[in-house]
Amino acid sequence: MLLIDCPHCGPRAEIEFRCGGEAHIARPVAPEGTTDAEWRDYLYLRRSPKGLHFERWNHIHGCQRWFNLARDTVSDEILAIYPMGSPPPDLGRA
Amino acid sequence: MAEDFRIATGGRIDRERPLRFRFNGMQMQGFAGDTLASALLANGVHLVGRSFKYHRPRGIMTAGAEEPNALLQLERGGGCSDPNMRATVVELVDGLDARSQNHWPSLDLDVGAVNDLLSPLLPAGFYYKTFKWPAAFWKGVYEPRIRAAAGLGTAPTGPDPDRYLHRHAHCDVLVVGAGPAGLDAALAAGRAGRRVILVDERPEFGGGWLDRQDVPAELGGRLAELATLEEVTCLTRTTVTGYYDHGYVVALERVTDHLAGPDPDLPRQRLWRIRAGEVVLATGAIERPIVFVGNDRPGVMLASAARAYLNRYAVRPGTRAVVFTNNDTAYVAALDLAAKGVGIACIVDARANPESARVAAARAAGIRVVANAVVTGTEGRRRITQAAVARLNDEGGLAGHLGEPVACDLLLVSGGWNPNVSLFSQSRGRLRFDEHLQAFVPGEAVQATTSVGACAGDFSGFEGDPAPLRPLWAVPADRQSVRAKAFVDFQNDVTAKDLGLALTEGFRSIEHVKRYTTTGMGTDQGKTSNVNALAIVAEKLAKPVTEVGTTTFRPPYVPLTFGAIVGHSRGALFDVVRRTPMHEIAEARGAVFEDVGTWKRAWYFPKPGEDMHAAVARETAAVRRTAGLLDASTLGKIDVQGKDARTFLNRVYTNAWSKLAPGMCRYGLMLGDDGFVMDDGVTACLDDRHFHMTTTTGGAARVLAWLEDLLQTEWPDLEVYLTSVTEEWAAIAINGPRARDVLAPLVEGCDLAADAFPHMAWRPARIAGVAGRIFRISFTGELAFEVNVPADRGAEVLEALLEAGRPHDAGLYGTEAMHVLRAEKGFIIVGQETDGTVTPLDLGMDWIVARKKGDFIGKRGLEREDLRSADRRQLVGLLTAEPERVLEEGAQLTLTPNPAVPARMVGHVTSAYHSPNLGRSIALALVEGGHGRHGQTLHVPMPDGPSIAALVTKPLFIDPEGSRLHG
Repeated sequence: MLLIDCPHCGPRAEIEFRCGGEAHIARPVAPEGTTDAEWRDYLYLRRSPKGLHFERWNHIHGCQRWFNLARDTVSDEILAIYPMGSPPPDLGRA
Repeated sequence: MAEDFRIATGGRIDRERPLRFRFNGMQMQGFAGDTLASALLANGVHLVGRSFKYHRPRGIMTAGAEEPNALLQLERGGGCSDPNMRATVVELVDGLDARSQNHWPSLDLDVGAVNDLLSPLLPAGFYYKTFKWPAAFWKGVYEPRIRAAAGLGTAPTGPDPDRYLHRHAHCDVLVVGAGPAGLDAALAAGRAGRRVILVDERPEFGGGWLDRQDVPAELGGRLAELATLEEVTCLTRTTVTGYYDHGYVVALERVTDHLAGPDPDLPRQRLWRIRAGEVVLATGAIERPIVFVGNDRPGVMLASAARAYLNRYAVRPGTRAVVFTNNDTAYVAALDLAAKGVGIACIVDARANPESARVAAARAAGIRVVANAVVTGTEGRRRITQAAVARLNDEGGLAGHLGEPVACDLLLVSGGWNPNVSLFSQSRGRLRFDEHLQAFVPGEAVQATTSVGACAGDFSGFEGDPAPLRPLWAVPADRQSVRAKAFVDFQNDVTAKDLGLALTEGFRSIEHVKRYTTTGMGTDQGKTSNVNALAIVAEKLAKPVTEVGTTTFRPPYVPLTFGAIVGHSRGALFDVVRRTPMHEIAEARGAVFEDVGTWKRAWYFPKPGEDMHAAVARETAAVRRTAGLLDASTLGKIDVQGKDARTFLNRVYTNAWSKLAPGMCRYGLMLGDDGFVMDDGVTACLDDRHFHMTTTTGGAARVLAWLEDLLQTEWPDLEVYLTSVTEEWAAIAINGPRARDVLAPLVEGCDLAADAFPHMAWRPARIAGVAGRIFRISFTGELAFEVNVPADRGAEVLEALLEAGRPHDAGLYGTEAMHVLRAEKGFIIVGQETDGTVTPLDLGMDWIVARKKGDFIGKRGLEREDLRSADRRQLVGLLTAEPERVLEEGAQLTLTPNPAVPARMVGHVTSAYHSPNLGRSIALALVEGGHGRHGQTLHVPMPDGPSIAALVTKPLFIDPEGSRLHG
């Protein structure tokens, strides 16, 4: 069980959180202008990388705030935690 | 039976406390401090069970958690029983009642042993091939027979009477294993003031030191110092079963299993859930068996185990032993045994020319050392009686037998040592093969994990060196008989030949070989078999072990009870149960409840003599005739505030909210961005920046979380605040032509007249003296009001309403009647008429989609061409040709009656009820192109009779003009 350092509450066990999937999937600002393929990609297309992954987490049983998290999917090491709306941090790896 | 094999003095048993126990009904005696295994051995018992597949006699092989053979059933009385308990770790308690497993009619005479003779029919993977055909025989014949013949213990029949607790703990350093290395680590961390938890699976600390002839004096000093360190928590009888992510470790503490009459306030076991800053693994090493023919016979034992029984428990495991080794450590065992009067027939050493202080000491003690030799086989029915010895040639093959087989009642084996890397591997640390030790040792750690002592491959604390050794995995066979079995995995009866067969059949990946042969898949997790299996596979493939790789070590390290995993989460504490503020009133009126999410909702209210059908018919009819009251408190309620609240509603609902005035309500449909219906409910405008939203009962938490997600991540510019107020309000719906008459006498400060209080309006009011709100909304198509009052006043208001309803024959109705009433009107229930693939258009609810307003969630999704296709499944009503016949929900619809299989299915029934108000059955269904099929007849094929014909109609069965809504 991961230990996640909630930016508002401090380190807490994974069971207090809910993972919201891949981060940085922005809802298109003008949905009506998108093609079906673009809309499909927004809705369904997600990366499943071996290694560095940026994902959204919500401290659902705590402060209920969303934040972003960079995790190595092989080791489960949490490499960075950063606010919603911030670009992914440069962690010097692919 | 007498303890003929107990040594008169020594050991760590308490001779002042003799204990009586039973094995297969026979009375025996042991001492406090014994394990079940040591007590059995003291009584001369070696044969303790029959093997899993071949029913071969099996004995006690180890003295620890790695035991594959000695699994016993412990009877605890009253249908309560523990199967598959390892005798080597079960502490003896007075009155213990142990039974051997997997035999019939008795341990000595086991009919199932015929499997051993039939073994040519039972090779690796036999169940995948032999019993494939005919298919029907698998379930009826093969599987039950195999299950009866193979297996381990029997499951208890009664419920578990014991209590189990979970305990959460945090520490800077967790030390696993309290042998010398673990004690040093715990002391060092403790002296530095760090918060330490030190756990050990045994009843006392000391690890391998306790197995020595003379326990080192330093032990006492270290334990005394530990006791002075305040931040060090010491746990004995505690086994770490899992090492998960980020220093999360689960350990099982056996609190009372070793006590004859435990304090009833104590839990039986306690599951520790520990988050550790760093973990020091000091888990020692496990001696390896050697694979040779007959290596499973009772009396064949790991050398270190024999030494443990001798020194720790003062038990002679035999009278005349042959020692078979490829390294020095077994010499220490041989010397200890010889010193306590166990005859050592000879030491068979695979090494060509063993020379060391240990070897010299053995020779000096007069023990015959046969070098460059192996044991090729054993004999003996229920216990070993002799061992055949052969010389090895330079290539490692057999160079002929050395005289007659050696008579013995004990065969000690040491094939080297495996550092116990299970937990390190569980922590995702990589393993490295150490050529010197011929074993896997910890490589690069992934977490803050340090391995110390033997588990790190450091054997400096050992008496006798496990290396240099002559690598020896499987002794070449001296005979080809099918009955000549050399076991790799004792618990699952996997032989070296089985591994060969898997390779012959083309399996190459070690993970596949493992699964095909079931090597290492028993309850012992292959602690004594995995490395041997790997090495044998590597040898047969002529590859280095490192290229074959390792299989994955998985939790739990040792079996743990479901009770411990579950802890308090059973019975009433299994899940949250939510009850409404009016629950007791419903209960007092005989309600039958149904579970809706975590809520208990009153389902129907049977009167004496009524079944569900009759009760629902009565409740349903009463609502349309006079009035009825429904507890609607479980509906999700979200308080929406902020200057952008209206904008927010416009974006999350399909319809327009810009003009909804204070005092009015609106029904809204929420979609996902894929265009499919997600939730629905009525939202009231309290003032221009304040709304009261309702959701479905089951969707409340999900909808709130989703709305929060949108606000925080997509639209952080909107100033909107969401608060769940589901449990702040008690809600009572009053439906029926006399709803106003029931409510009016109790209401102050609000005019209920139709022109003053129109449909879809809400008003503040006092109801039965309680300040609250009244909403004029209807889920039945009748004149209806929903009263909301603070939750703690709900019961008294409902009592008052029931009193006021009495003259009108307006009583409570349940959720089943609610379902029937809404289905009569064709009102959907999200999750029943929808399944995540249904659009508002499919439901015939285009009217609620405001395509002209700005963007909303789902708008773009609905634009997809295929979601506008006319042949999508669309909501319709169904009327069966036989009016009494109620369809089954979920039933498939076809175009023709009794179609041939496979039939084309054009839809399915989503809701079906008997409607007392129509005097017939009704149903809702999703049907391909359903909106264009009104008037057609479709068919519902049934498994046990002819199809049922049903007419497709509009999904609206009663009051199509909607006049009843206005009273």
